[in-house]
Amino acid sequence: MIKLFSLKQQKKDGEPTPRSGNQKKASAAQLRITKDINELNLPKTCNTEFPDPDDLLNFKVIICPDEGFYKGGKFTFSFKVGPNYPHEPPKVKCETPVYHPNIDLEGNVCLNILREDWKPVLTINSIVYGLQYLFLEPNPEDPLNKEAAEVLQTNRRLFECNVQKALRGGYVGSIFFERCMK
Amino acid sequence: MSNSSSSQGHDSSSHRWNHLKKVLERPGPFCHPEFECSPETLNFLMSSCKILVVGAGGLGCELLKNLAMMGFKHIHVIDMDTIDLSNLNRQFLFRQKDIGSSKAEVAAKFINARVPGCNVVPHFCKIQDFDSDFYRQFHIVVCGLDSIIARRWINGMLVSLLSYDDNEELDPSSIIPMIDGGTEGFKGSARVILPGMSACVDCTLDLYPPQVVYPLCTIASTPRLPEHCIEYVKVIQWPKENPFDASIDGDDPTHLNWIFEKASERATQYGILGVTYRLVQGVVKNIIPAVASTNAVVAAACATEVFKMATSCCKPLNNFMIFNDIDGIYTYLYEAEKNENCLACKPSSIPKYLKLTSNEMKLQELIQLLMDSPTFRMKNPGLAVNIEGKNRTLYMSTVPSIEVKTRENLKKKLSELDIHDGTKIMIADATTPNTIEIVLSIPTFMEMSNE
Ligand SMILES: [Zn+2]
Repeated sequence: MIKLFSLKQQKKDGEPTPRSGNQKKASAAQLRITKDINELNLPKTCNTEFPDPDDLLNFKVIICPDEGFYKGGKFTFSFKVGPNYPHEPPKVKCETPVYHPNIDLEGNVCLNILREDWKPVLTINSIVYGLQYLFLEPNPEDPLNKEAAEVLQTNRRLFECNVQKALRGGYVGSIFFERCMK
Repeated sequence: MSNSSSSQGHDSSSHRWNHLKKVLERPGPFCHPEFECSPETLNFLMSSCKILVVGAGGLGCELLKNLAMMGFKHIHVIDMDTIDLSNLNRQFLFRQKDIGSSKAEVAAKFINARVPGCNVVPHFCKIQDFDSDFYRQFHIVVCGLDSIIARRWINGMLVSLLSYDDNEELDPSSIIPMIDGGTEGFKGSARVILPGMSACVDCTLDLYPPQVVYPLCTIASTPRLPEHCIEYVKVIQWPKENPFDASIDGDDPTHLNWIFEKASERATQYGILGVTYRLVQGVVKNIIPAVASTNAVVAAACATEVFKMATSCCKPLNNFMIFNDIDGIYTYLYEAEKNENCLACKPSSIPKYLKLTSNEMKLQELIQLLMDSPTFRMKNPGLAVNIEGKNRTLYMSTVPSIEVKTRENLKKKLSELDIHDGTKIMIADATTPNTIEIVLSIPTFMEMSNE
């Protein structure tokens, strides 16, 4: 064990310590997100948009599914990475109004790894894959939009029709969806 | 700081410190093997040793009282909070008339009035409001915080103050020990961190239990608990209705009342019992009831560690003590291990130095150097710098929208990008598991002409 006391007495009178320490170490969140972003490896259906390239903590992910119910649509998600990343997951919202069992009309997304199953080993890449999967396999068992989930469970044809209506822009029931075709 | 040396001299010779002198001026079988007993130690403790107490809440009040009574005279305390009625049962430096005032300021005033010769300097602000020059002035930092983010921030700050020589040997005089106390109801912990030498907060992040998080779909469609109803209002209904045109403030009763009302409506709808105002407060502010005796025990352990560190009279706690007084009293001590992959303090996060010939070099040439250099041999480095607290992405080839916007930097000279001798660059690359930091060493004109 080092003996700090004597060292400290020498140190007192506070001459600044040399070299490192002059510059603050980047935060763990910043170091980690830089890594995550540099190593993004997305399928061709997904894209990122950084409104400010200096701000790696706030960005958008655009998903254009090329198969499944949502083929031909274009969906934008906002990502906000907090100071406690990767201890806590980023906040992700869907900015495109979508008729989907796991996404509500306010853009809340029900994806387990965004909340209860988040682990620090997961990355931005894992989330994008998770989001993409939601469009390929909407899950009626975990609904945020209950009506959509019920339709998907009881009448797949009608669900497909409703998705198409919403994608092209129009009413599903009493709710209007803006066109979001690619 | 303002104490005159004569009053200190008088102080340390008074009978008041006889008990400390018995420990510090005599050898004993439990002493640290390298401990040299002498009157100088008490003198150091009283006249030069400078302590920072982070947090003036339940633990902070205890810590300030303990340290002041132990003879420490130069104490700073930071807390951004103000005093609330619910604090008064255990935060004993505060009185009813202090409600609404700064915790740090009231606590400092109380101690300074109560303990002659002690000078507590309060800082009513956030820890992030100070930079490294502030933190560097302390010999020891002791934390009584309830937030992991704040702990990690202090930890990161102290790690950043470490300095290494050219052989990457740690300079021990740059170490500022961090003593960290924490309590949650009847559970508590005290730990000693020697940044750069022993396990740091980030090394052991898995020890901090994650907050309880309910699946969003449960909250939205199948609530079963009163907490689910409150979470629903907090996560879904509030952002949707935005009732006060502001984000939720857990200290604002109008906000809490609104959440309470809406959560009760939802609970009725689903036949769930148990939504109360207190529960709303607890869920929104993530409150775990504080127990005064747990705070007292943990703070006592922390203050003892500060004393041991400052005087070297005894080996420090090595290094993590757990305390639980829910069924009798249970304590357990173990040595938390340094995590070799810790993002905050792992050896490879010690900034590496890269020598350049001049800052007339272009960014493109620097990137090429990182790819060609036998030490780095990088593949697709993404580069960023932090200049005066602001992050700047220099270049990133892998993300199209960033690449387009940073492409023009490639042709710029480093000097034009505000990069100079000593600038620290963050580099992410497929060849390293984490982002690394490299400090550029660029000879100035003077050095070059000397050679
Ligand atoms: Zn560490």
